[in-house]
Amino acid sequence: MRGLPTALAVLALVTALAGAVVAVLRLRRGRAVATAEQRATYDVLHTAELAAEPLRAGLTRASAAKAVRHLRALVGAAGLAVVDATQVLALDGHGDHHRAQLLAAAQRAVATDRSAVLGEPDLACDRVDCVVRGAVVAPVPVPSGHPNAAIIAIADGLPAPGLVQATLETARWASSQLAVAELESSRERLARAEVRALRAQISPHFIYNALGAIASFVRTDPERARELILEFAEFTRYSFRAHGEFTTLAEELRSIDRYLTIERARFGDKLQVRLQIAPEVLPVGLPFLCLQPLVENAVRHGLSRKPGMGTVSIEARDAGAECLITVEDDGVGMDPAVLAGTSAAGDESADGQHVGLSNVDERLRAVFGDGYGLVVDTGLGAGTKVSMRVPKFHPGVRP
Amino acid sequence: MGSSPYTVAAIVAVTLVTVVIGAYGLRMARTTSDFLVASRAISPTWNAAAIGGEYLSAASFLGVAGLVLKHGVDVLWYPVGFASGYLALLLFVAAPLRRSGAFTLPDFCEVRLRSRRLRKLATAFVLFIGWLYLVPQLQGAGLTLATVTGSPYALGALLVGGVVTANVALGGMRAITFVQAFQYWLKLTALAVPVIFLALHWQATDRPPVTPVGGTTFPRATTVVVERPATLTFPDGATLEVGHGERLEFAVGTPVPRVSGVDAEFGGDWLLPGDRHREDGGLFGTYSLILATFLGTMGLPHVLVRFYTNPDGAAARRTTLVVLALVGLFYLFPTLYGVLGRIYTPHLLMTGETDAVVLLLPGAALGSGLLGQLLGALVAAGAFAAFLSTSSGLLTSVAGVLSTDVFGRGGMAQPGSVRGFRISAVLAGAVPTLLALNVFGLDVSQVVGMAFAVAASTFCPLLVLGIWWRGLTDVGAAAGIVAGGGASVLAVLVTVAGPPMAPWPATLIGQPAAWTVPLSFLVMLVGSALTRRRVPADVGTTMLRLHAPEPLRPEPDRPRTAPAAGVRTAGTVKA
Repeated sequence: MRGLPTALAVLALVTALAGAVVAVLRLRRGRAVATAEQRATYDVLHTAELAAEPLRAGLTRASAAKAVRHLRALVGAAGLAVVDATQVLALDGHGDHHRAQLLAAAQRAVATDRSAVLGEPDLACDRVDCVVRGAVVAPVPVPSGHPNAAIIAIADGLPAPGLVQATLETARWASSQLAVAELESSRERLARAEVRALRAQISPHFIYNALGAIASFVRTDPERARELILEFAEFTRYSFRAHGEFTTLAEELRSIDRYLTIERARFGDKLQVRLQIAPEVLPVGLPFLCLQPLVENAVRHGLSRKPGMGTVSIEARDAGAECLITVEDDGVGMDPAVLAGTSAAGDESADGQHVGLSNVDERLRAVFGDGYGLVVDTGLGAGTKVSMRVPKFHPGVRP
Repeated sequence: MGSSPYTVAAIVAVTLVTVVIGAYGLRMARTTSDFLVASRAISPTWNAAAIGGEYLSAASFLGVAGLVLKHGVDVLWYPVGFASGYLALLLFVAAPLRRSGAFTLPDFCEVRLRSRRLRKLATAFVLFIGWLYLVPQLQGAGLTLATVTGSPYALGALLVGGVVTANVALGGMRAITFVQAFQYWLKLTALAVPVIFLALHWQATDRPPVTPVGGTTFPRATTVVVERPATLTFPDGATLEVGHGERLEFAVGTPVPRVSGVDAEFGGDWLLPGDRHREDGGLFGTYSLILATFLGTMGLPHVLVRFYTNPDGAAARRTTLVVLALVGLFYLFPTLYGVLGRIYTPHLLMTGETDAVVLLLPGAALGSGLLGQLLGALVAAGAFAAFLSTSSGLLTSVAGVLSTDVFGRGGMAQPGSVRGFRISAVLAGAVPTLLALNVFGLDVSQVVGMAFAVAASTFCPLLVLGIWWRGLTDVGAAAGIVAGGGASVLAVLVTVAGPPMAPWPATLIGQPAAWTVPLSFLVMLVGSALTRRRVPADVGTTMLRLHAPEPLRPEPDRPRTAPAAGVRTAGTVKA
């Protein structure tokens, strides 16, 4: 029963696995550096990389403490301090009891924006075992709006020209890392601003139309008007909420429900809705307000200009480790060329739609990666179908 | 038992209904214009039935009864452990895992330990466990089809493997909750209804004893055709050498002989725990089995993905509680089949194909009349439901992991693209189908038991320590998984393909959980303690997220149910 073939198969499997492990190890070893020169280059770059990682989070006490050890290795000094305008952020190696002198020197250097070399008279101390004989102070130019900073290399002899050079270069390098940090944080700010911009974008037309629709019910059907106002209040609370970058599909659907309730007050039976939501994907986390603009587009651009009835279908399907969401309307559709941005003319509303879609598209890509953008199927008179894929789990998404 | 037309019809019907509901179920059940209906979360009861439907596999449906028939009271730990695994899940894992937002086990590694390498390691073990669990499902399918229609063994395995793979690959049967819940009730009905008739029949025929004083006897005249040379030992001590092709006729009331090479218990041993004739640490094996099944359930990939459907941690807990009840109820029946099989199908003790007892019992006890045929068809349908639901659930999880973690990041296909998922599904289905065609002769339940042992030695320590100990590090976790998982995987390979061994090592290798689980825990604890510096900096935030109930979440994500909501409800009621 447990024949020889099985034993052979297992043996082959084990051999294959062992072979794979050996191959991986070989490859790893192949990457090792050969000559001393290459090794030196590698070491410097590696140390720089280690120092860069904390610096890219901006210059704080914590990040300086992590980076200072690697910076000292880069400069090759007896000690190294990272100082900002008011305090010594971190110090590695010798010279801890010179903090006050170092801070004063750094403040002078930053104020004049010139590097300085300190000798023994500047660093007087009465400790017998003190090895500190000199120091090089180099200001680190930081992006505007940040407290100034400097790095100080502490030497156990008169600072050699090489040390001065190394310190200046390291300061310049650290400055560029801080600039990268600034770039990253401004990109994040931009992304947040985009979310805010999107919120601003959905409201004006809609608020105007909604209030108009509600006003028309105030006398004829006060009860309905009251309900609509409450729906409207809930809708705005969700759309204008200031916190949380992510939401769940269930929450987003609830908001869309309120939106459509109000729209139906305007359009009446002209607007039909068809939903097909797999309950398994309701807890999926997705960027806040990334579905509602699509529905709004479907109603505003797809249906409102179309005579007769129009249908919006929202579909969410469970597909293994991800969820497929489509928003479809049978409205007037649009020219794919406008959407692709190749048509110069492009009337205003199609352009507005374009902006709304590309905003959602960009945010989806920013969160989940480039494979997860919007897919739009449309043609003039053929309706519009917008689909997106959302992974059920993504490390950055916390609804 | 010949192929009854009802049986084939029932199997075809179950397969078709499953496929059709899978393809059109969502469209039929959830197309609406009402958002309240569309955004309603699945209730814990439905979700629990779905977990039950996916969990109760061929091992539960066929294997447990077969083992009880063979070994008696000793193996009651299988059903007990299979059910009580959910207790461990409920106590230690269910709610925090749901709150973590992880969909699969590799996801949990990433949430908790922020390590992509650990994620890869976990992926490898998810694949191994998934495949190891799929093999016995396909084996069971082959056995069922061979038993009820007389077709070759390979046909059934290929058929179920092919149907399930095609379905998952083409997007039909993606383990939809309602389909799987339906499968649970189908399986329960398929076992419970015949057992009522069997019990009535047993009452009506003066309650024949399960363990007669003179040994188990044939209830009817039986003909056994010998396929392998063997030695028969009769209860009176006489022995008989038989060769290939011999036909043995047994009259009514003849005692059933022992067959060399078939491991079964006779007489009073069957009713007593432990085995007096063996000196191989049966107690150790039992403890090992208890540990594996009790702790292994939380490491099964297809069970964990279902918890994602729950809206929050509390719902996850309620779901687990209901699963415990549903699964516990289910396991009463296979045990009864095993006991009644002792009376009505003792010839299986000679052939060793005890896994077939559930399928053969209705026909054997109630005769080949209409009732016997109909009940036989019902049981066969239930067995097929078991293979289809469990294998499609497993295949979906394995293919999902393959497509996101193996192909997606390797650049072969766009991460998670439909094409990538299809390739993964075909690959995920092909591997166990090939294995099932080549490995046979192992009890279905034992292979499943090995999958549980591997899960218990890898993911149980990872989940329990990850959720309850802040000190766990990625290095420690990886070391523990490699040590415990490596040992148990090796044990599985040796059991499946290794040489025969002395009793004690055989038990150590055949039921490894009692030493691999503690080993894995120990290595994880020591490894983490040695690499304390690698504890993720945001471990406090992660722990808060895992353990704080959703309404107490620090980030004010959820809209508070403030006065506005109350007013709204009042308005709705009025209207």
